[in-house]
Amino acid sequence: MSAHEAANEAVDGNRRDFLYIATGMVGVVGAASVAWPFIDQMQPDASTLALAQVEVDVSSVQKGASLTVKWRGKPVVIRYRSDKEVEEAKSVQLSELKDPIARNENLPSDAPATDANRSVPKREAWMVMVEVCTHLGCIPLGEQGEYGGWFCPCHGSQYDTAGRIRKGPAPENMAIPKYEFTSETVVRVG
Amino acid sequence: MSGMQHSTYTPKSGLGRWVDARMPLPRLMYDSFVAYPVPRNLNYAYTFGGILSLMLVLQILTGVVLAMHYAANSDLAFNSVEGIMRDVNQGWLLRYMHSTGASFFFIAVYIHMFRGLYYGSYKAPRELLWILGCIIYLLMMATAFMGYVLPWGQMSFWGATVITGFFSAIPLVGDWIQQLLIGGFAVGNPTLNRFFSLHYLLPFMIAGVVILHIWALHVAGQTNPTGIEVKSKTDTVPFSPHATVKDGFAMIVFLFIFAYFIFYIPNFLGHADNYVEANPLKTPSEIVPEWYFLPFYAILRAITFNIGPINSKLGGVLIMFGSIALLFIVPWLDTSKVRSAVYRPWYKLFFWIFIADVVMLGWVGGKPPEGIYPTLALLGAVWYYAHFLIILPVLGLIETPRRMPNSITESVLEKNGGSAHPAGAAAAPQTKG
Repeated sequence: MSAHEAANEAVDGNRRDFLYIATGMVGVVGAASVAWPFIDQMQPDASTLALAQVEVDVSSVQKGASLTVKWRGKPVVIRYRSDKEVEEAKSVQLSELKDPIARNENLPSDAPATDANRSVPKREAWMVMVEVCTHLGCIPLGEQGEYGGWFCPCHGSQYDTAGRIRKGPAPENMAIPKYEFTSETVVRVG
Repeated sequence: MSGMQHSTYTPKSGLGRWVDARMPLPRLMYDSFVAYPVPRNLNYAYTFGGILSLMLVLQILTGVVLAMHYAANSDLAFNSVEGIMRDVNQGWLLRYMHSTGASFFFIAVYIHMFRGLYYGSYKAPRELLWILGCIIYLLMMATAFMGYVLPWGQMSFWGATVITGFFSAIPLVGDWIQQLLIGGFAVGNPTLNRFFSLHYLLPFMIAGVVILHIWALHVAGQTNPTGIEVKSKTDTVPFSPHATVKDGFAMIVFLFIFAYFIFYIPNFLGHADNYVEANPLKTPSEIVPEWYFLPFYAILRAITFNIGPINSKLGGVLIMFGSIALLFIVPWLDTSKVRSAVYRPWYKLFFWIFIADVVMLGWVGGKPPEGIYPTLALLGAVWYYAHFLIILPVLGLIETPRRMPNSITESVLEKNGGSAHPAGAAAAPQTKG
């Protein structure tokens, strides 16, 4: 009983502060580790991530034609551009562009938006692009508009044949996802 | 409820006394909704609190029933809503009550809020009451937005895409937050699932905040058109029968109009594109939100230019959220000591200009952002901000208010003596006090 009596006689302030702070810290760590699963479950799940890469056979795509695939729930257009379209896109000066950044995930984030930078090396005629308007997320129509590229019917944004914004309310060029040609005829997006 | 008068409840039966000694809920109800004193000069603008409570109950009731027939899966949702319309007994009625009910909920809340702004209801000591109301309004907007996604029509899908896209404007963490909200890289089945869960949850949170709102109201007491605090017993009448009957009559008139919309023009306030099933690969020609969000949508689109380091997209999102955030600090922006616009000639004028500005913004929000409309939206947004940040603070300092009566009773007697108009139908028979 002597220990009990001693505790009653003299409270050790340092010891009590230490216990308060230690308990509080364990409590905070505990609360955070319980909170995390509740936040984490909101993130894209395994089945969604499994769709994060698609392989597309493009052997059937002729010059001047395109096909659209769904990637991460968004349409991705794969276009084999005609020589005329490539020429038009190449002739554009950087100073004429509303958004001078390439927006190409295969390149550094500050790469200039030249026509070559809108594709991957040796495949300059191919456009692989997320076909979503950078304004409010509508889907532009291909081979239309003043620049012969894409035209968004929602708010009138006009893109050129390299998917670069030229006119209208959209702030950025359409995004180029990470992709590579794994063989002559297969593109892997993502 | 601490601010209330001494309780006058006396249980009559033995059972009543037994309950009262253990859990005095009947006493709380009696003190809050029967004996509770209300200003005798309340007009019909003050009946919308009751109407809003009724609408909340109606929305929860119809919503719970609709959830029994609805499938929250992106493959099934659209058809299950069509099933409710065609196959479920009375399903068409229940769904139209719910969808039109959302619109009428917002009609009532806007009148309720504008009444608060007109009569200065937010001023001390009712700042918390006002802020709780703003929180309810925010919850209502979240609930309505998520509810609109559930039918999985084209407007549902693309509205969700555009609205969650706001968050991608946030620097650095924006894309992560957007993916967290929609549970994927684009709006899809995970989005629909969580929106359904939250759409079911939020109304009960609204109900919780409504209880706090009424609590705060009953501590400070109601304001009234004169803005003069209750000073004596002759200034008030008991809640029942006076306020109950007046609120009840207003509810009936409101429900008549509501019923007209349900039965004759149920889709008048909706958008035809939402009867086309969601298609992630095709955008409707024009994306517009529900009418009650249009003023904010116009403000969002008013910023079409970069402001220094802030690009046009982030700028639009900031001023849109800012326009709602302003409401929270209105009690501190208004510097006038006089509550009611009745005695503030300049504020009255600017109040109506503000209403016109909001209506104009709503009209512009429904138009394509081309031609004159972006300019109008920008002018409207600038005026909206100026009203709160310049006009409200400055008017309070320079305006000379009209002469005010000494009490509510005096104002009622003055009005009754001067003209044939009674100050309020409920108050008139009580002139003897």
